Amino acid sequence: MKKAIHYINQFFGQVGGEDAADYKPTFHDKLVGCSNMLNQIMPDVEVTHTIICGDNYIASHTDEAVAEIIEWLKNQEFDIFFAGPAFMAGRYGVGCGTIGKAVKETFGVPVITSMNEENPGVEMFQKEMYIFKGGRKATFMKDDLGKMAAFAQKIAKGEELLPAAVEGYFPRGIRKEIFHPEGIPAADRAVDMLIKKLEGRPFQTELVIPKREKVPVAPPIKDLSKATIALVGSSGVVPSHNPDKIQTASATKWGKYDISGLDRLPKGEYKTIHAGYDPEAICEVPDRGMPVDAMRAYEKEGKIGKLHEYYYVTVGTGTTQAYAAKFGREIAAELKEAGVDGVLLVAT
Amino acid sequence: MLCNLLNVAISVGVNKMVQTVSVPYPLGDPNLSPEEEWKLRYHRVGVALDALTKDVEDQTVFPTKI
Repeated sequence: MKKAIHYINQFFGQVGGEDAADYKPTFHDKLVGCSNMLNQIMPDVEVTHTIICGDNYIASHTDEAVAEIIEWLKNQEFDIFFAGPAFMAGRYGVGCGTIGKAVKETFGVPVITSMNEENPGVEMFQKEMYIFKGGRKATFMKDDLGKMAAFAQKIAKGEELLPAAVEGYFPRGIRKEIFHPEGIPAADRAVDMLIKKLEGRPFQTELVIPKREKVPVAPPIKDLSKATIALVGSSGVVPSHNPDKIQTASATKWGKYDISGLDRLPKGEYKTIHAGYDPEAICEVPDRGMPVDAMRAYEKEGKIGKLHEYYYVTVGTGTTQAYAAKFGREIAAELKEAGVDGVLLVAT
Repeated sequence: MLCNLLNVAISVGVNKMVQTVSVPYPLGDPNLSPEEEWKLRYHRVGVALDALTKDVEDQTVFPTKI
């Protein structure tokens, strides 16, 4: 029997409506409200506790609310975390997403919630957890809880989890390779798609390209001669023993390497581990992939103030956009912290 | 961003781009002499550094000469 904990807001926790939206988190080992229904429909998962928190409280005191709930959870045993369903209630959806993301990051357990597609929580958190496609209002409670429960049952029983579109949750941007269930070779499927396209019939791509985001342009650097510039890249150029064991394809991590005192990346001491292109040219001259030599020359000439003491790198082949975005956020946070003013991103 | 596949960079929303030589050697070329190769790398990195100082409204590819 797996154990689960269920997060709901003040309204579904029977504390009150809008007047009680500032309600601080409370923890109940006697299940409250819809937690009972959720518990009853899962033979292999026991809901042990209900957490109730006001929507306004978690929205306006996010750090305190999350910290308090996470601290409490540290003393609990649970395998699955539920939140909601939040229907079209925007603040509730954002609350479920906020706590769900923190729980997943802290405990690494599956987090299951449900929201209507119009709920802003979907776009904010769909990559972080399983958000099932839910109804617009509380009259869909039974349906939405049913979908969350059925999925938790699959997890509890160790059943194979199918793609988002089949299971009924919003896609998380994760690409997983599987054998075609009917064994139809890729070439046949591609030609079938092409024929449908030529005939103007609908078809479903197997490689969904995520929608392009408009990225705000960084403000220009006013005085390059006083600026610290960092090198970041996807070329897989690492110290020869690949100290962080970055994968040669479909990377799930990045590394940073100290180049202070280096005028270039010497052959033999650095190489590329990238499995997506012929590594010979970069292994011969690693600066072809990570131009430390040119940057050092510009530093000596005074064109730039300083070359940042570390370069950052990952492998860009087969890497999902979700991971790439995560690496970007993590590396950007470090560079910001270190006072770096600008970055040259070298892609292969 | 210094990149070879400009269309990919454009499609993912990169704002400032400089074309590189190729995927397996973005900033170099084993077919050139070491001196010529150095000039090429120095030039393209320089274009990218200058791009950091430019105010752009939209996605821009900064031209290179070498």
